[in-house]
Amino acid sequence: QMRGSRSKALAERALVNCRYSLAAFSTGERRRRPPHGDRQCAELALHLQQSFEAAILTHLYPRSQIDIYVQILQADGGNYCAGVNAATLAVMDAGIPMRDYVCASTAGLAEETPLADLSAPEEAAGGPRLVLALLPATGQIALLQLSARLHQERLEAALEAAGQACRALHAVLDRGVRERLREVT
Amino acid sequence: MAAITMRLPVPRRAVGPSAPRGGEKHLVAPGDTITTDTGYMRGHGTYVEEEKLIASVAGAVERVNKLVCVKALKTRYNGEVGDIVVGRITEVQQKRWKVETNSRLDSVLLLSSMNLPGGELRRRSAEDELAMRDYLQEGDLISAEVQSVFSDGAASLHTRSLKYGKLGQGVLVQVSPSLVKRQKTHFHDLPCGASVILGNNGFIWIYPTAEQKDEEAGGFTTNLEPVPLSDREVISRLRNCIVALVTQQLMLFDTSILYCYEASLPHQIKDILKPEVMEEIVLETRQRLLDLEG
Repeated sequence: QMRGSRSKALAERALVNCRYSLAAFSTGERRRRPPHGDRQCAELALHLQQSFEAAILTHLYPRSQIDIYVQILQADGGNYCAGVNAATLAVMDAGIPMRDYVCASTAGLAEETPLADLSAPEEAAGGPRLVLALLPATGQIALLQLSARLHQERLEAALEAAGQACRALHAVLDRGVRERLREVT
Repeated sequence: MAAITMRLPVPRRAVGPSAPRGGEKHLVAPGDTITTDTGYMRGHGTYVEEEKLIASVAGAVERVNKLVCVKALKTRYNGEVGDIVVGRITEVQQKRWKVETNSRLDSVLLLSSMNLPGGELRRRSAEDELAMRDYLQEGDLISAEVQSVFSDGAASLHTRSLKYGKLGQGVLVQVSPSLVKRQKTHFHDLPCGASVILGNNGFIWIYPTAEQKDEEAGGFTTNLEPVPLSDREVISRLRNCIVALVTQQLMLFDTSILYCYEASLPHQIKDILKPEVMEEIVLETRQRLLDLEG
């Protein structure tokens, strides 16, 4: 159903509405964050919306709204990725048709070695950071974001590392989903 | 006052399927290719990409001749003509009420589909529009039948019979729509002393059986007399039984609810919500249902 303003309802597909927030106790020191004013949260919510609009088959739900609210309980690097993976499972559990799983992972470089799934100290170190959201079956990229500068030659290696991590994640998520299906049917 | 019991969370053991299903079910997740054969027509839960039929929800594949569809575990209610639903009024608009029925879009109850008090048959005038709020307000529960479905999936309801209308005192249980079995009638008077309406949309309404069966008002006047304690106990027990059946994923219909109620009689009403007691009751119910099937 459409909640909030009716005028934003799209006639031929569903609107995906995402909200992203960090709990106060999620990082090392407890910080009280403004409820919705945080710019980083707004940006990550927009990224979530873009990734899921690419994955959910929205044309099957005209004039409706799909809400995805993500709250991070423990932040240790890769917040957005954890949010994407959790939201994928949530959307699948709700029975909303999707093209494929959306698996996300960060990748970076430390002195020529590509690293996958960076932790918070590694992210804070200031090196280049690549965030990749992938649809594993077809290999289509839903979102690709790079912060800090990266040499063009190193891009391939980092992308490959992130892709591998995403595919490994897909295997884990898939196993969980199938176990649950087997349990219930 | 009884003390509060607390317990630590423990992984749930699902009661496994007792009867072996005929054949292995083909379980899929989004992104899995179901078949590359172009001879099949695609149904719900699938989409076509580059001549491959790919699943879009996580569930079991159902094949009917040439039609392939994937049935998901948990979906919103999809209205079908002739279904009984129980819904809650969310909005009062110009000539209609918007009813929430656990579906993708709010269902619509048009003023012309509603019986006037007194059972008159006349064209609805402007005064009727202004008096809409006297009949049904936001937050009221109604039982209705689906008359038709709009192109975007919203259902249009009607209460054109005396058995539909505003619901009075009782208990609502919300379950997944896939657990309510399709039957000839969804209004049941259980012999234990309460009545139950099994809405196809997953809303189940339990209420005390009315003594006199003739109501000329068409279900508008709500009976606000105090309900006796014995009836309340029966209703609470039924509600806990339904919750127990739902957690073990058993189909809901009048016989299963009745057997579950009888199996739960030796326990106290509040004990039914404990996991071990729930498992025991549901096992017994399942056993009796299997015996019934023969």
